[in-house]
Amino acid sequence: MLRRRAARFATRTSLASAPNQGREIKSVAEAASAHAGEDTTRRDFIYIAAGAVGAVGAAATIWPFVDQMNPAADTRALSTTEVDLSAIVLGQQIKVMWQGKPVFVRHRTADEISRAQRDDFASLKDPQSDAERLVQEDGQPGRPEWLILQASCTHLGCVPTFVEGSSFGGWFCPCHGSDYDTSGRIRRGPAPANLLVAPYLFLNDTSIRIG
Amino acid sequence: MSGPSTYEPASGFTRWLDKRLPIIRLAHDSFVAYPTPRNLNYWWTFGAMLSLCLVTQIVTGIVLAMHYIPHVDMAFASVQRIERDVPFGWLIQNIHAVGASMFFLAVYIHMFRGLYYGSYKAPREILWILGCIIYLLMVVTGFLGYTLPWGQMSFWGATVITNILGAVPLVGESIQVWIRGGGSIDQPTLNRFFSLHYLLPFVIAGVVALHVWALHEAGQNNPAGVDVKSKADTVPFTPHATIKDLFAVVLFLILFATFVFYMPNALGHADNFIPANPLQTPPEIVPEWYLLPFYAILRAFDFNIGPIDSKLAGVIGMFASIGVLFVLPWIDTSRVRSMRYRPIARQFFLIFVVVCFILGWCGGQNPGLILAKASDFTATLTYVEGGQVVTQPVTAASEAQFDDAAAAAREALTAQGATMTAVTREGATTATATGVIGGTQATRTVSGHTADEMETLIQEVKTEIGAGAAFFSVERRMPYTFTVTTLSQLATFYYFFFFLVLLPLLGLREKPGRVPDTIAKPVLTEQGAA
Amino acid sequence: MLRALSAAAAVVIAAVGVAFAAAEADHPQDYPFSFDSPVGSYDMASVQRGFQVYNQVCAACHGLDHLSYRNLGEEGGPFAVYRVRDHETGEPTLQVGRPAHGGTFVDVVDNPYVRAIAETAMINDIDPNSGQPVERPGRISDRFRNPFPNEIAARAVNGGAYPPDLTVINLARHGGADYIRSLLIGYDGEVNGTLYHNRYFPGGWIAMPPPLGEGVVPYTDPEVPQTPEQYATDVAHFLQWTADPHMEERKRTGIVVLAFLIVLAGLMYLAYKQVWRGESH
Repeated sequence: MLRRRAARFATRTSLASAPNQGREIKSVAEAASAHAGEDTTRRDFIYIAAGAVGAVGAAATIWPFVDQMNPAADTRALSTTEVDLSAIVLGQQIKVMWQGKPVFVRHRTADEISRAQRDDFASLKDPQSDAERLVQEDGQPGRPEWLILQASCTHLGCVPTFVEGSSFGGWFCPCHGSDYDTSGRIRRGPAPANLLVAPYLFLNDTSIRIG
Repeated sequence: MSGPSTYEPASGFTRWLDKRLPIIRLAHDSFVAYPTPRNLNYWWTFGAMLSLCLVTQIVTGIVLAMHYIPHVDMAFASVQRIERDVPFGWLIQNIHAVGASMFFLAVYIHMFRGLYYGSYKAPREILWILGCIIYLLMVVTGFLGYTLPWGQMSFWGATVITNILGAVPLVGESIQVWIRGGGSIDQPTLNRFFSLHYLLPFVIAGVVALHVWALHEAGQNNPAGVDVKSKADTVPFTPHATIKDLFAVVLFLILFATFVFYMPNALGHADNFIPANPLQTPPEIVPEWYLLPFYAILRAFDFNIGPIDSKLAGVIGMFASIGVLFVLPWIDTSRVRSMRYRPIARQFFLIFVVVCFILGWCGGQNPGLILAKASDFTATLTYVEGGQVVTQPVTAASEAQFDDAAAAAREALTAQGATMTAVTREGATTATATGVIGGTQATRTVSGHTADEMETLIQEVKTEIGAGAAFFSVERRMPYTFTVTTLSQLATFYYFFFFLVLLPLLGLREKPGRVPDTIAKPVLTEQGAA
Repeated sequence: MLRALSAAAAVVIAAVGVAFAAAEADHPQDYPFSFDSPVGSYDMASVQRGFQVYNQVCAACHGLDHLSYRNLGEEGGPFAVYRVRDHETGEPTLQVGRPAHGGTFVDVVDNPYVRAIAETAMINDIDPNSGQPVERPGRISDRFRNPFPNEIAARAVNGGAYPPDLTVINLARHGGADYIRSLLIGYDGEVNGTLYHNRYFPGGWIAMPPPLGEGVVPYTDPEVPQTPEQYATDVAHFLQWTADPHMEERKRTGIVVLAFLIVLAGLMYLAYKQVWRGESH
């Protein structure tokens, strides 16, 4: 008799999921109540309490093992990069690493700036004005000659190249042929969105902090 | 498994699955309906704890491997990074390090339980041998893992243990170089130790599966040591054994957590917080506590046995101490399993347990430490004050004739009137004989508690009277001393004596107590009496 | 009859130097550090002063290789900063150390104290444009500046002795913080060449000259004495924190885990009794 009940308990255990925890524990109670048919309430309470507390402990134990894969403190500490702008001449860009990813810091010419501002009114796949794309991390307006972009094509993550005299004057992604303008906005090709602006802040006239 | 399966699939899906992969049936027959002797005591709950330990070590180990760098320049720092920067790294690293000790604590209790209740006897020989293999694999895995933090103990422990392999005649040195991947412990060693440390736990898990299989085939032993004869002797594994195991596991976790949160480094050694330095050996090298008894046996052999030198003898002794467990089922001749019914063997078993603790203690001590001595260390210095020192070169025709030549030189000096003479050897056939003529002879006696103390006193006396005396002779009297090594030798002797002599003889000679016919019988009568 | 174990060795005595007795070192003084007990925590004021002593004295020879400047301002660090609201004005202000109640931890990136500490250190780096070695002011993500480029250089400057890294020194020495504290005040003025007698050092003779003198580190708190004893206590306290920065978190977690396990053990025991009720065993 006892065996049979225990057997049924096991079948349920193996199929039990979290919501029917209570039911599963109850069947152990049944197993024991085969012998003593009194104060089932107290017995149920013990089994449910033991099961519930054990389940909470098991769940709490899992968290450290999940959390350990998140960025470690030293990795998080490297999450900002400072860039000296004085060395970047007009019409040039540099690539810097920020959180292990490349970022374009472009010193735009007057021609590039005016072209970007003119195109604010063109038909855009991902409409955004040039001024919006220059806004700093703290909400302050940026400076038109400095464009800070994440160097990752929004299609599948290749690094676009700046091509002088390309159709839109800006970046071209060699992987699948996406064309970006001098503000880094998507103009043609498979990419769905504009190049992302990296969060940055002017520390003074000649240096910025990314991140 | 014991008897036909009692599993009845309850739902349509389980019926469907049971025809294709009877995995629920297997789990049911092994861990639910499995008949368990009803008289199992708490010593039988350590199997559950060991399963928990293995799972814990594998899970925490996989996590640590995500952050650890097996490179001689970065290993130590990467462990520190885990402790400091990785989210919950301090917790996981502590669990892994303490977990190793907890694993061995549980396995030793599990093994002593098997020894006491005769769980190695027919029909459980294979079960026992598989357990011994698991234990050996645990020792190897523990040793490999201890190398990884790349502290001083890691490095020098690995150096000493790999040198042990060098003791094997003929091929020893080749094996040693092969294991290390070079002449010394270095980058190749660390890299392969990491790889193997990751691999072996899964091998252990495989052997554990065989161990559990063998257990379910032969059935569990029990404190009475008698076979299960009827259903009245057993209870179903679930819920009875399951809940008891769970309760014991939680108690075990309390001990585990106390170490992890309040004494995370208590079981380790301070020197392992010093980065490995191949140029400097720590003052003393000791293994982790769980290997100390074997370390004591290794060091107990400080004498050559015929053609076997002391180093090889120690290595043989150490491996034999584990090897003897493998043949134990055939060494013990007694038909009674449980020592409960073996009054004499039980006494010797208790001594054996104490001896194992003594070996563990000895393994952690300086082997030369004097525990008792017959008398103090005394030295008598004889010297001559005043007088004239004369020297004479000694040259023998051959090495064999050296002693004669030396004696002749001393005689010659004595003939010149020297009151004291001595010969200081300089080569195979050359020496200088020194004598002193005239002056007055005097003696001084010093005594100390240790040989070092005596030497210090001798130096002091020499310094004190050195200016006036030209000539010394020192006679040292070393008393008989009882050292840690002596104690290890006695304990090692008993260890083997217990297995190789006592168990075979007692099995034939001892008159066992009255063994109950069934498990249920004494249980029921005791209940009735109470 | 005496048994001569050494052949009657005749030695013509030359002048023998005084042999240093390899005396056993004294047991470290037991100091009641606030972190000693199972529920004890760090005295952050002492850790801060200890950092000051390290920075102005020890850092000349000893590194803290496993520590970064940011660690000082992380939660549980001596310069962790919290944003609290003023009771009357409601203005948010920054405060070092966890407030008794309220207050939000300020990310170490925005911690002005840690940034200032880091910037005073000159760190060896490679210039990103020229590729040449340069010295630049430290950033919070930098490791503590090591006074020597490598062990050989350290030995060359220190008469062959290597000043050990101090990050985990309290764990690497028997006696821990008590030993470090005792060692720093264990000098008796006896000198032999480049070795100094110290009764807590194994062997008795240490290559490190007595580092702490009366008033060498100016403390801002006038209540705290500027004595070698106080300096030694503070720096030992600081080094305990560097060795075990998660101690407070560890002990706090431990209480919760143990309380949980004890409750669970009680429930398991009751469940066990219920299951086995009426079963003879």
